[in-house]
Amino acid sequence: MTTTPAPRFDGTVEASHLTRIFGDFTAVDAISFRVEKGEVFGFLGANGAGKTTAIRMLTGLLQPSSGSARVAGFDVATDPEAVKRSIGYMSQRFSLYEDLTVAENVELYAGIYGLSDAEIRGRSRDLLDRLGLGDRRHRLVRTLPLGWRQKLAFSVALVHDPGVVFLDEPTGGVDPITRRQFWEMIYEAADRGTTVFVTTHYMDEAEYCDRVSIMVDGRIAALGTPREIRDRFGVDSIDEAFVRLVRPDTSASVGSGATS
Amino acid sequence: MTPPAVCVRGVSKSFGSTRALVDVDVEVRDGEIFGFLGPDGGGKTTLFRILTTLVLADAGEARVLGLDVVRDLWSLRRRIGYMPGRFSLYRDLTVRENLDFFATAFGTTVEAQYDAIAPIYSQIEPFADRAADDLSGGMKQKLALSCALVHRPDILFLDEPTTGVDAVSRREFWDLLADLRDGGLTIVVSTPYMDEADRCDRVALIQRGQLLATDTPADLVAAYPLPLVAVRTPDRYRALQLLRGSAHAHSVYPFGESLHFTDARDGTDPAEVADEVASLLTDGGVSDAEVAPVPAGIEDTFMFLMGPAGTTPLDEGARPA
Repeated sequence: MTTTPAPRFDGTVEASHLTRIFGDFTAVDAISFRVEKGEVFGFLGANGAGKTTAIRMLTGLLQPSSGSARVAGFDVATDPEAVKRSIGYMSQRFSLYEDLTVAENVELYAGIYGLSDAEIRGRSRDLLDRLGLGDRRHRLVRTLPLGWRQKLAFSVALVHDPGVVFLDEPTGGVDPITRRQFWEMIYEAADRGTTVFVTTHYMDEAEYCDRVSIMVDGRIAALGTPREIRDRFGVDSIDEAFVRLVRPDTSASVGSGATS
Repeated sequence: MTPPAVCVRGVSKSFGSTRALVDVDVEVRDGEIFGFLGPDGGGKTTLFRILTTLVLADAGEARVLGLDVVRDLWSLRRRIGYMPGRFSLYRDLTVRENLDFFATAFGTTVEAQYDAIAPIYSQIEPFADRAADDLSGGMKQKLALSCALVHRPDILFLDEPTTGVDAVSRREFWDLLADLRDGGLTIVVSTPYMDEADRCDRVALIQRGQLLATDTPADLVAAYPLPLVAVRTPDRYRALQLLRGSAHAHSVYPFGESLHFTDARDGTDPAEVADEVASLLTDGGVSDAEVAPVPAGIEDTFMFLMGPAGTTPLDEGARPA
């Protein structure tokens, strides 16, 4: 694989007492954390823990009620448009236009992020060659196998060299080999200096991150490397640590499988 | 001996040029939780639709509860419960209205069947007047399960019931399934999440329309044939490149915080492999790695069985959802 350009934006994510209140409900309650450039950071939480609200603030889509956050060097409250330009985003559910071709998708996103025509042509070619999709550039995305669509979606999210890329359940539903190829792409991007911010429901995805945070009821209840978190709870997996945090009353036996 | 709850022989199904199922043989025993584990597009949903009499196979035959899925579909339909992968209830109807609808469709009432659904339904009954669309993911799933159980089926088919549900709700759901199984119900379930294998009595690994293996989760992982070691290092990306260069590498994959190195030499002592791997890394400039033999997990097994050309080729095309 040839090397791609390093990110042209700052890769840090820093939240300080970041808070969002809806009416009398505090969805995000004064969370503080710092993610370094080139880190793979897992952002976990149960349904309704405030994860989505936090991500919407960090991506410049929602104003904080109080506190602050800087993403890629820009303040999310005062400079949300600059934040949006300097980050990438990929969701498992929707990222690419299935009725457009492979090349059209790349060009569309590159254009949205304001790359010049010459840059778009060059990047599109490099990106597709690197993925091995060069001679399939005119195929509709709909006709690609799922694993390939996800790899393409990830590359497209990086087309403008963002400082931070946000990934929502990036490897859900793909086979275990494709899944690992995808994590290798993530590690490669991180190795080049792109910060990777992963949100997921699946705790075994969390095990692939350098550090993870677990949100419970609007607060960050745990933050550390996967090993630190497992050790803190004396358990073998992030999944078990998560259950202890979210349901402290749950007995340990719940976690054991029917056959184990 | 009780006849199998599900018996599939030589079932194939194509959609256009896409081969969704290729000559599948499988048996599900009476009273077990049987899981089909595999990625999206592997053929799980097509197989479930054939077994629930909704799609006709191109070839082969399938019997559920001893009944043929084609000839006996009307008697069979009354005896199976099916929870499709996509949320399949009426979003504008309330919890109770949905349940009444399914009960009525099977010629019964919620009252008459209450004891059958109570363990699950009682958890969402406080929200009986809430529109189904306004429920949380975990509660939607419990409602869908209640609706699938309201006619007291003899077998339950659940297609990816835990997709999109958080870790705590997933556990609760698997606990409910174990209770239903203990009550005598046969449960056939599919999931793309390999870590759920342990909640099943037996599993079939399914990929590109074919079953790679069928066994208990414990026997599947015990059958992993080659020495396997785990490598932990902060310098994961560099270690991966180094290990891929080893002359004895069968495969090297990231595995959470670790890397899993499988040695191609059958019968070599894993401790010896660990020593060799540690030296390889030190010589390559990765000095702080921890290397130790580990037992294979279900993902290791799945990948081994997929083989080197296991992933879907680029030109095979997408499968129908």
